[in-house]
Amino acid sequence: MLEISKLVKRYGRDEPVLKELDLVVEGSSVISIVGASGAGKSTMLRCINRLVEPTSGSIRLNGTELVTLRGAALRRARRKIGMIFQGFNLIDRLTVMENVLAGRLGYVNLFQAVTRRYPQTDIERAFTLMERVGIAHYADKRADALSGGERQRVGVVRALMQEPEILLADEPTASLDPRTSEQIMMLLQSLASELSLPVLINIHNVAQAKAYTERIVGLRHGKMIFDGTPADFDKEALDAIYGGIEVPDEDEDEAPKPPARFVTQEASDGPL
Amino acid sequence: MARSDIATPGRRTWRKPPFIANPWLRHGLWLAVIAYLVWAFGSLPFNWERIGEGLPRAARIFGGGFPPSFERGALLLTGFKESFQIAILATLLGVALSIPFAVMAARNIAPLPIYLVGRAVIIVSRSFHPVIVAILFVAAVGFGPLAGILTLTLYSIGFVGKLLAEEIEEIDWGQVEAMRATGAGYLATLVYAVFPQILPRQVGLSMYQLDSNLRASAVVGIVGAGGIGGTLMNAFGRYDYDFAFAILLIIIAVILVSEGVSGWVRKKIW
Amino acid sequence: MVDHADALADRVWRRYDRRGRLIRFAVLLVTLMGIVWAVRDIDIFWPWVWDAPNQISSLGARMWPPDPSRLGVILEAMLETVHIATLATLLTIFIALPVSYIAAQNTTPNRFCLWLGRLILVSSRSVNTIIWALLFVAIFGPGVLAGILAIMFRSIGFIGKLMGEAIEEIDRRPVEAMEATGASRLKVIAYAVVPQVMPAFFAIVILRWDINIRESTVLGLVGAGGIGVLLQGAIDTFAWPTVATILIAIVVLVLIGEAITGLLRRKAI
Repeated sequence: MLEISKLVKRYGRDEPVLKELDLVVEGSSVISIVGASGAGKSTMLRCINRLVEPTSGSIRLNGTELVTLRGAALRRARRKIGMIFQGFNLIDRLTVMENVLAGRLGYVNLFQAVTRRYPQTDIERAFTLMERVGIAHYADKRADALSGGERQRVGVVRALMQEPEILLADEPTASLDPRTSEQIMMLLQSLASELSLPVLINIHNVAQAKAYTERIVGLRHGKMIFDGTPADFDKEALDAIYGGIEVPDEDEDEAPKPPARFVTQEASDGPL
Repeated sequence: MARSDIATPGRRTWRKPPFIANPWLRHGLWLAVIAYLVWAFGSLPFNWERIGEGLPRAARIFGGGFPPSFERGALLLTGFKESFQIAILATLLGVALSIPFAVMAARNIAPLPIYLVGRAVIIVSRSFHPVIVAILFVAAVGFGPLAGILTLTLYSIGFVGKLLAEEIEEIDWGQVEAMRATGAGYLATLVYAVFPQILPRQVGLSMYQLDSNLRASAVVGIVGAGGIGGTLMNAFGRYDYDFAFAILLIIIAVILVSEGVSGWVRKKIW
Repeated sequence: MVDHADALADRVWRRYDRRGRLIRFAVLLVTLMGIVWAVRDIDIFWPWVWDAPNQISSLGARMWPPDPSRLGVILEAMLETVHIATLATLLTIFIALPVSYIAAQNTTPNRFCLWLGRLILVSSRSVNTIIWALLFVAIFGPGVLAGILAIMFRSIGFIGKLMGEAIEEIDRRPVEAMEATGASRLKVIAYAVVPQVMPAFFAIVILRWDINIRESTVLGLVGAGGIGVLLQGAIDTFAWPTVATILIAIVVLVLIGEAITGLLRRKAI
């Protein structure tokens, strides 16, 4: 269970990027986080595994307070948090297998890591997971020889190799073509239920969010303004989150403007 | 080619594929390296007795060199002034001349015979250490900064020309294609598609070469081609280690400043 | 409605704005001033400049034809030169890598290390190989040890600086990903930094070896071993044809070095 309470992130003396965010994730559910660029989705996700340092607030994962951890304790906590990135963040010159095994770096010692002598159980698990997502035949291929969708699947396996308690996905499909991004979303959805894993997905594509996730959280300017099921996510919610975004100093309390841009985008983003 | 062994059901192994796949080649290479090291170290003449005297000598030298003496500051200044002048003029000439040679020596924009000529000139310019070239120029045109300028010009052509040629060979060909598609001629394509891609690097290289030449001008002076090198050589020759140390410190300082300035300029251009 | 024609008419395109043009002009001016000062103030006897091509060709004539009689000794000395360059480059790697690591802003443990690393690299780079050779000959006497040390001390700065830059230029995203898995600093380096800088590492070491071969040829001029000793001897005795032979041998050596480095670069990168 993930409990975020009163999370604030502010850079220097600017407007805070995250303003007292509260979020509770229970059990194994797939949650999508939607919002315009700059709404704070990425920042929030990165605060969870401390790639970004929260300014104040609390984040508890299965009882452990993450915000105050340091050094070895922080690394141990990070082991339990798997992350998938928009840019895949693979190590291009290494093979797929090495990239996948890198997920175990929090568990093996330095010698094993450098000489690539991972325990047999890790190797078994790697092959099993790679077969599950369909990339086992690429094991010894260089990571940058794969297509975008395949690379993201490597990223998924790497994250799962950590045996995480929660999976964070930062716009996992933003760099992929529409068909491949559907495949990845389907993969995440099925893995979440197979492994009983809570998954938080940052996503732009509202249609995919509605189709593949059970709960939608909407952020705008660092505040959560929507939290409900896909069925509840109607046009009004869409406007509230995305409406009139091109004017950044607009007062949020103003009535939402007609979002001419976004309605057309939603129409064209329908499932293929 | 996954190296997975499925003979025993459920037990699959994996080892990192080694950098060099062929085991004979791999081990052969290691053996060759070790054999070379043994041979090289064995065949080099080391005068161990003299080397043993090294540490006490070093102590004496560093002792004598500390603190650095700036008494003959005027000599220092003249020497440096000359080094600057040599560096400026040599860089100017060298960089200017390197552009045509680089264009000639780039495989992707020069026809084969011209490419060979360009490459040859650059290789010859690079083959000799500036000190050797300096000695030859000194023998030809006499002591003094002229020999230094000639030496460093050749040096610059070799260095900047080669890097520039490589840079030209690595440009984004798409931009050239786009220019050609508009019907632009050879020179126009050169100016609009090639030069903008290499210009920042060219400026960077020029600044780097100015830096380099400043450094080198200190050295060619050792063989009489003008500049602070001559002053340094004299100091060493007279065992004036404290003056020599002073000169060295200033050399380092000047190079640092020059590098800082050139780095700043390069950043501004980028 | 907006009148487009009017709006367009007001727009002018200049390649550089006012400030940009001022700066470019200032730079040009300063450069020109520098050049003019250098030309006017330098201690050159200008008649000699015009005579220079003459002098150069007359020297060339004295060197022709090259004298092959001492080829055996020359080849031995060349081999010694290669050994000096190779051994020194290899030994340098062990020192340059740790220094480059602490001299890179994104991997250095603290500000003191950063400063120390940069100091080492800067001093190494600012003192030319020959000057290092002068120093080591004064300390350890003439011979190959002075040569090897001189090459090493200069190469540390070269390899260290370029490796440091390579480290600073890596894609940070794999670093982020490795940190997210809970890996410690060293493991992050081993997986996210090292593979990314490997091609640069090989290129840099190969390049420096190439340069070192060239540097080693002149070390003998100050007594630090290699072919330079023979060269100095020939020049001192005005044996120009022998000088020519030695120079040709040096060119051949450099060409072989370039061929080898070209080959290595294609294979290893």
